[in-house]
Amino acid sequence: MKNSIDNIFKEAKNQNRPALISYTVCGDNNKENSLNILNSISENIDIAEWGIAHNCPTADGKEIQNSSYRALTNGIKLKNIFQMVKKYKKNKFSKPIILMGYYQMIFNYGEVKFIKKCKEVGVDGLIVVDLSYPDNKNFARLCKKNSICFVQLIAPTTSKQRMKEILKVSDSMVYMISMISTTGSALKVTTRKIMENYKIVKKISPYKNVVIGFGITEKTIGKLKSADGLVVGSAICKEITRSLNNRQNPVTNVSRLVKNLKKKTI
Amino acid sequence: MKLKKGVNIIDQHDKFGFYCNGKFGGNFVAETARKPIEDLSKLFEKLRKSKKFLKKRDFYFKHYLGGETPFFKLNNLTKYLGGAQIWCKDVSAINGDAHKAYHATVNALICKESGKKFIAGDTGAGMFGKNLALAAKEMKLSAKIFMGTKDISRQAPNVKFMREAGAEVVPVDSGSKTLVDAVSECMRHYVSNCDTTHLAVGSAIGANIFLKICAWSTSQISRELKRQLIREFGEIPKLKLINVIGGGSSALGFWNEFIDYDKKHVELIGVEAKYAAPLATNAKVAILHGAAQYCLVDKEGQIAETHSLSAGLDYPGSSPLHGLLKDTKRARYTLASDKEALNAFKLVSKLENLRPSLEPAHAWSECIRIAPKLNKTDVIVVNNCGKGYKDKKIYIENIGYYPK
Ligand SMILES: Cc1ncc(COP(=O)(O)O)c(C=O)c1O
Repeated sequence: MKNSIDNIFKEAKNQNRPALISYTVCGDNNKENSLNILNSISENIDIAEWGIAHNCPTADGKEIQNSSYRALTNGIKLKNIFQMVKKYKKNKFSKPIILMGYYQMIFNYGEVKFIKKCKEVGVDGLIVVDLSYPDNKNFARLCKKNSICFVQLIAPTTSKQRMKEILKVSDSMVYMISMISTTGSALKVTTRKIMENYKIVKKISPYKNVVIGFGITEKTIGKLKSADGLVVGSAICKEITRSLNNRQNPVTNVSRLVKNLKKKTI
Repeated sequence: MKLKKGVNIIDQHDKFGFYCNGKFGGNFVAETARKPIEDLSKLFEKLRKSKKFLKKRDFYFKHYLGGETPFFKLNNLTKYLGGAQIWCKDVSAINGDAHKAYHATVNALICKESGKKFIAGDTGAGMFGKNLALAAKEMKLSAKIFMGTKDISRQAPNVKFMREAGAEVVPVDSGSKTLVDAVSECMRHYVSNCDTTHLAVGSAIGANIFLKICAWSTSQISRELKRQLIREFGEIPKLKLINVIGGGSSALGFWNEFIDYDKKHVELIGVEAKYAAPLATNAKVAILHGAAQYCLVDKEGQIAETHSLSAGLDYPGSSPLHGLLKDTKRARYTLASDKEALNAFKLVSKLENLRPSLEPAHAWSECIRIAPKLNKTDVIVVNNCGKGYKDKKIYIENIGYYPK
């Protein structure tokens, strides 16, 4: 098993559905709940993305900012995140886990030390929001050496030439940003337009697993289900916020939301 | 690491936008912003070589911003301190009241050239915001100014200017509600609107192209100063150039033409606010707002909170170019407390017909500290880069008055 992320995509494909990928912020709304949320949604997701909270998130919208803020207020540290990944991965039902964050958090910890630690605790992949091609070449190489999937990003603004270059060096999973936006705003383009972009990417690299993210909700997920994978982040973070505001249990509410999302992808 | 002679400091980066062998700068931005940033870089490199554009810039600097700002000796302060000759480059006399007028104007010109109709900028003290709002009005652009809610309240006079000029002031209520949060929010706005909006960053910070545009624009100050020095002295005398540092745009503009001089000939002194002083306190290198730089962080790598009475200095980071000047020992960095800045304002405004804002008051404080130890042949020039009207209320609250 080269990298369980690959198998997950194969399995979803066999079932004729996109892989469902959740994004939550590790430590939101506190350490215990964020692990409980992940455990409770694991039966309905294929891959879990866990955000590393940073207090200057220049590419996140309001929902994820709120989540990061809660996690930081409740004292989340990288050390805790590693412990929590390790704990999560011990579960039989656990799914591949991708940590997602800003380069400052990795840089401050030390690149090499960070990747070693990821490998040690069982992190399967990494997304670094503000470390784009070609500046990420060295980091991508380090990930590869340690069998961690480094997920490159492609945006609607990415030129075709650049897309080709990125896809050429990318690992098996690639993240396609749906629209010109930070995370967490409503879709401002049609799902048809998104699928057109998706097809361009797939035409260049038919064998890479291309996942679509940003702005996907219960309303829109069904129309995108022919993609290899779909990431839902802000909608989940928003549900946590809503639950807390209504003094409801975020674990059960998020669990219900993810179950519905899954239904709509089948 | 050595500085290259004969090459503008803003151009001393590698092909990835890094200075100092990869230690400072770079382009730590989301993929979405890569293409617009690349387009902007190409446009800027073209424009700075275009005679037509340079002529346009000079026309605006002269007729819109009022041309050369004054340079004069402060006889009373010199006599009072009894050491070095003290001279003032009074950049605050510009139309727009601070050096921010230069890069606000250039950014609006570039925005126009790019064909975009929207311009967005961050502001702390409100000086960049005000100038960007005015430039946008002049050039018929629609401006959004991002400003922390704490700064909106402490720099209210400038907020009024922005609104009167027709700009939308977007209040930023996250984090410390100051400049660092305003820059983050402005960059988020850019990520979401980079196809239609030009990003004007308020200091010499951000991804490579933004700090280059900024420092290129403010360097007008040192071009003027060089001419003025030769007019007064017939040569470039032994100098100490003192400048306040927030992000560092004013200092880079004040120093640009003098970087190739030996530091024994032209000494460069940067003054930060005491609790926002990454350069003077040996802070770590961190990635903030798209670039690697000296920056105040906590143990976890989170960006640290700062404190300064001066909204323009209340920022944890510093320009990557100042990192380069620090590491090559070309510039020296020190700090001044709120109290020292206030005392400097008191003395300077009592002895001279100057009303510096809180930011340059920090530079005056260092001048007051070192002048008595020097002798008559030493020439200190302070960049009086901002007018005090915006801080009138803060001065009255802290020293009991604001001189007429
Ligand atoms: C008058 C004045 N000086 C200095 C600064 C600090 O910024 P910088 O170091 O980029 O010049 C500001 C910022 O608003 C300012 O208004």
